[in-house]
Amino acid sequence: MSSVPVSWYLLLAAALFAIGTIGALTRRNGISIFLSIELMLNAANLTLVAYARQLDDRTGQLIVFFVMAVAAAEAAVGLALFIAVFRQRHTIDVNRMNLMRW
Amino acid sequence: MSPELIAILAKYAVMFAVLINVAPIMNWVERRACAYIQDRPGPNRVGPLGLFQPVADALKFMFKEDVTPSAADKPLYLMAPALALLPAFTTFVVIPFGPDITVAGRAVRLMVADVDTGVLVFLALSSLSVYSLVMAGYASNNKFSLLGSIRASAQLISYELALTIAVLAVIIPVGSFNLADVVAYQRAHVWNFLPQIIGFLVFLIASFAETNRLPFDLPEAESELVAGFHTEYGSMRFALFFQAEYTNMAALSALGVTLYFGGWSLPWIEFPHNLLGGVLGLLTLLAKIGICMAVFVWIRWTFPRFRYDQLMRLGWKVLLPLAILNLILVAAMTLAGWL
Amino acid sequence: METVIFALFAALALVSAIVVVTHKSPVYSTLALVLTLFSTAVLYVLLGAPFVGALQILVYAGAIVVLFLFVIMLLNIQKEEEAHAGFGAQTWTAILGAAIFLGMMGLIFWRSGSPAAAPLTPESVALKPLAAQLFTTYLLPFEIVGLLLLVAVIGATVAARKPGEELGHIGEHEYVSGEEPRTDPLKSGSDPHQPSVAEPAYSSQREAS
Repeated sequence: MSSVPVSWYLLLAAALFAIGTIGALTRRNGISIFLSIELMLNAANLTLVAYARQLDDRTGQLIVFFVMAVAAAEAAVGLALFIAVFRQRHTIDVNRMNLMRW
Repeated sequence: MSPELIAILAKYAVMFAVLINVAPIMNWVERRACAYIQDRPGPNRVGPLGLFQPVADALKFMFKEDVTPSAADKPLYLMAPALALLPAFTTFVVIPFGPDITVAGRAVRLMVADVDTGVLVFLALSSLSVYSLVMAGYASNNKFSLLGSIRASAQLISYELALTIAVLAVIIPVGSFNLADVVAYQRAHVWNFLPQIIGFLVFLIASFAETNRLPFDLPEAESELVAGFHTEYGSMRFALFFQAEYTNMAALSALGVTLYFGGWSLPWIEFPHNLLGGVLGLLTLLAKIGICMAVFVWIRWTFPRFRYDQLMRLGWKVLLPLAILNLILVAAMTLAGWL
Repeated sequence: METVIFALFAALALVSAIVVVTHKSPVYSTLALVLTLFSTAVLYVLLGAPFVGALQILVYAGAIVVLFLFVIMLLNIQKEEEAHAGFGAQTWTAILGAAIFLGMMGLIFWRSGSPAAAPLTPESVALKPLAAQLFTTYLLPFEIVGLLLLVAVIGATVAARKPGEELGHIGEHEYVSGEEPRTDPLKSGSDPHQPSVAEPAYSSQREAS
């Protein structure tokens, strides 16, 4: 059984991270930015698991576990904030959330 | 093809043959049972006792005109019914359906995917079933559908928590996520529903919510939402949702009997380790699933529907604390060596 | 076999990731993210981390992303305003930055030429050592994460409250109308695909000034 080199996984993770970065920087919809950040987190997770495989060390997988837990907390609070903002401003377009800008 | 691959395909073929027949049989059982509970004859015209009614229904579904609403989001609208079946037909791979047997000199373990993460795979795949509901409701572009899928997403997430924690309590004394080990543990000790009666009740109630069955069929509550998320679906597409509902029920029943009622095994009876034993194991499992499905039907035609806030309160304020209490109890009992 | 599976799901992950960041409709973006997460879960299993793979689908795809969809449908967010669409300087800068990042990472991974990893054994994918490590070496982070989730739940509940609602009265007041401001967009609007709430006056004034 031919084994896929770990560096391919790392390259894929880098590509996913780059795509996520583009999304987070260019999208204007708050939820879409959030989704792009989740994509970047996912790419980082893939890197961690790939290195865990390379080094034969489970610490990488455990860090992924923690990242997922923190992502869950982040999603809960972030989406609640979006709901609160939407109640006030009737939009989640980040360009319009400019009350604090002068 | 390697013998392993052939074995896996053969085992999945058995599963598939069983699963594909769940919906037609349950269609008949549900309608006859409901008629019996409501003291009326029910379908009795097609064949003896109306037994061929499912065939007639299937023919009707196939020849009915297939309508797609013009304002629907086409790709999602078409994908949703197919996606509904996917988790229902894949979760079964981790359910063991017989003892380890020897066929043609090869040892065969009677489960399709013999993996360490069995229960987790089951829960993960079944947690994907919410997407078909959400997609159907959103893509139909209909306010009742949308309300149905908003309800579905909140309900399924809420009850998944209680369900998962109840399942975890079973895993603690066993020490393995593999369902074959869970069955082996129950054969060595006692069926799990006795020491974990709280967990079993939580699992039972949560599985009604997970399969959108009355008393928790809020996503498709016909008196408020027409038909909820599948309002706009007709003919074969509706039949797919229908089939997915019954297959999901069968899947959760299979998980339930495997976790709490010994799966394919019977107490004090040792099945032979050959093909006959495998068939007996499969029949035992099917009989147990059948009893569970009968309970599903019985409950559906006995209980009224919950209100949505009652549903949420029950899920978060009653079932979740109970599930956690059960988890702590079981962990303490395991630590004390009682389990 | 492994190479085929890797190629298939890597391609799937890349394509769906591009859909996530480019599709105008948030619902499609979210569903594409589910596909990305699923493909990466398969890759985790290939990498000998079945636990992480199952957790990824169970927690990420099965709960977190459903929460996103729930909020999108609750707020009835449609496509982004067209005014921001199109390729501005910001888009090009972002793509350039990402390309430079990708190029550098690619160069590093290509040049480093890591030795082939040890083949997977049943011991290296077993769950028990993982659990043992989680509950001994990483017990403190584990507890802290639990606390964090508790805080997040409380914070989310408070932040998503209806404006003007008393803290102690959540639940009892859920079905009493007339208490919340009349412009609460979650209550008004019958057609889910028509933005029924007009833009409040003060925001357009700010745009103008």
